[in-house]
Amino acid sequence: MDATQAALLAKVQPAELYEQPLVTNNRDFNWVTDKICRIVETKTPTWWWICMAVALMTASFTGLGLLWLVSTGVGVWGLANPINWGWAIVNFVFWIGIGHAGTLISAVLCLLKQGWRTSINRAAEAMTIFAVVCAGIFPLFHVGRVWYAWWLFPIPNSNVIWPQFRSPLEWDVFAVSTYGTVSVLFWYMGMIPDLGVLRDRAVQRLNKGVYEGGGAIANKLAEGMDLFRKNFYAILAMGWRNAGNHWRNYEMAYLVLAGLSTPLVLSVHTIVSFDFALAVLPGWHTTIFPPYFVAGAIFSGFGMVLTLMLPLRALYGLHDLITQRHIDNMCKICLGTGSIVGYAYIMEFFIAWYGANPYESFAFINRAFGQYWWAYVMMFSCNVFTPQLFWFKKVRANAALVWIMSIFINVGMWFERFVITVTSLANDFLPSSWGYYSPTMVDILTFFGTFGLFSVLFLLFLRFLPLMPIAEVKFVMPQADPHGHHGDQKGGQH
Amino acid sequence: MTEKYGIIASFPDTPSFFHAAEKVRDAGYKNWDTYSSFPVHGMPEAQGQARSKVPIFTFLGGITGFTVGLLMVWWMNAYDYPLIVRGQPFFSPVFPFPIMYELTILLAAFGTLGGMFITNLLPQHYNPLFNSDQFLEVSGDRLVIAIEARDAQYDVDATRQFLEEIGGTDIEEVTA
Repeated sequence: MDATQAALLAKVQPAELYEQPLVTNNRDFNWVTDKICRIVETKTPTWWWICMAVALMTASFTGLGLLWLVSTGVGVWGLANPINWGWAIVNFVFWIGIGHAGTLISAVLCLLKQGWRTSINRAAEAMTIFAVVCAGIFPLFHVGRVWYAWWLFPIPNSNVIWPQFRSPLEWDVFAVSTYGTVSVLFWYMGMIPDLGVLRDRAVQRLNKGVYEGGGAIANKLAEGMDLFRKNFYAILAMGWRNAGNHWRNYEMAYLVLAGLSTPLVLSVHTIVSFDFALAVLPGWHTTIFPPYFVAGAIFSGFGMVLTLMLPLRALYGLHDLITQRHIDNMCKICLGTGSIVGYAYIMEFFIAWYGANPYESFAFINRAFGQYWWAYVMMFSCNVFTPQLFWFKKVRANAALVWIMSIFINVGMWFERFVITVTSLANDFLPSSWGYYSPTMVDILTFFGTFGLFSVLFLLFLRFLPLMPIAEVKFVMPQADPHGHHGDQKGGQH
Repeated sequence: MTEKYGIIASFPDTPSFFHAAEKVRDAGYKNWDTYSSFPVHGMPEAQGQARSKVPIFTFLGGITGFTVGLLMVWWMNAYDYPLIVRGQPFFSPVFPFPIMYELTILLAAFGTLGGMFITNLLPQHYNPLFNSDQFLEVSGDRLVIAIEARDAQYDVDATRQFLEEIGGTDIEEVTA
């Protein structure tokens, strides 16, 4: 700043821009470390065991459904000509879409320097990975003979033939497996410093020998647990020691991974939409699909982040870390992407009319008023009307209401995929080959079980890994500013 | 007699930690580092470090992925086992683009993570610093600067005095 600038600033005395703090109540570094580490270090809460039991039971539905399927054949699903893509692809697209919010928060918001992403990104990334696991089940078992599923990959086999790379389904194999792998790498790398913190804390307790209070067995058990933690986190932390040199390379790697994940997340749902858009079926064969699918994916993913984070915030008392500002921002993203989705629904109708293709116009009128009108109504009301309520500050400030609306978003987005998949297949060109699809008990068990599987994985994550990136939360606190702070709190810096 | 690793000193807050790092750099020390549980903005410059080399590994990974994707699709679908599908060409740079794109990102990501490990010389599970109880508190809120004994300028008394002068407290010698 030169002298003229300084003189000018002194003259006009600009007002300090107030920004909502990202960590409220003037907490210090130790408070943040303690708060997040204690989630994994203290005794397992009772609610965790109850949730785990329910989740395991629900997950067993998927196990049962898959066992039934593998031992009998794909015929046990409700698939029949002309609808040979039913709930399996609906569920696949649904779960993959949910995953997208995690990558958006960790990568896109990182590139956009959005400080508020810090307290939610770890859980959102975990959600991504577990959602991809759930999504992968469906195409994997849809191949029928699941023990040949490895033929999807270009691995030499006894038939000496290779995958057919001109098919969008094969692109999907690469997109989804890359997405899953890169998400795990990104998630793991982000966790390394925090795993180091958990390791150091276990070592500190072991050095001090702070095992008193309980009985002899309880003390011994607590010590044994810390010994386990020390080794478990030490192996995962790879010897991380918080050095300036480490941070320099780490931050660069983090930025590069964010830069790689951004085009990745956009490509994944684009390629998923190619599964439909590259077919010649009316209602599928449209160029609007890639952007519309990506927006829908982010919409549903943020819905799921809200569904998960609001109860966690209440259970663990994380109100100083996940503040109203975070909730406001997530609601606004839901509003934005939900509006894009609504616009796409309407634009599809317009193009169907404007394109003057009778099959295309029929497909859309049939979607809204045909035999699956109820699914269309569910989709439209949940996805287009629900997020519009987020315009109102009062609605965003009501955590219970936001949570209920996030469930609506999840439901609506599932129905969107159902509408797209089933209506186009059920009523295509020739009325003589029309059909009606309904799921069987096996379909229903397998799908609802995936919510259990997802919950099991997420509960394990809560119990064993740091829920929030401690280092990143500290980084956005005013005390981390090397050029001093004025005592009052400021939001994201630099 | 145990071998000396170096001297560590703590600093009360981020600004003093940051300025102390600049002073250590200006004093001409080479084998030293700062330790904090969060990345400090601008610290690489304050420590006089060059830009990270991680992107080189990213680039190598990305190039490998792109080439592998291109050659794989050509070799499998056009050379080793040409298969006629819908009258489409056996090979074109257009249809395998999603494959090339995804493999570029996949191997670039592996390159990045691997590059982070290589440039940071990890995994390295033992380091003498871990012997210090004070050092372990870096995970909480302690801000530490460590000057290693292998530095050419290192001298137990002079270095200790230097660290005191730049505002360091809880000065401790760490043994290997």
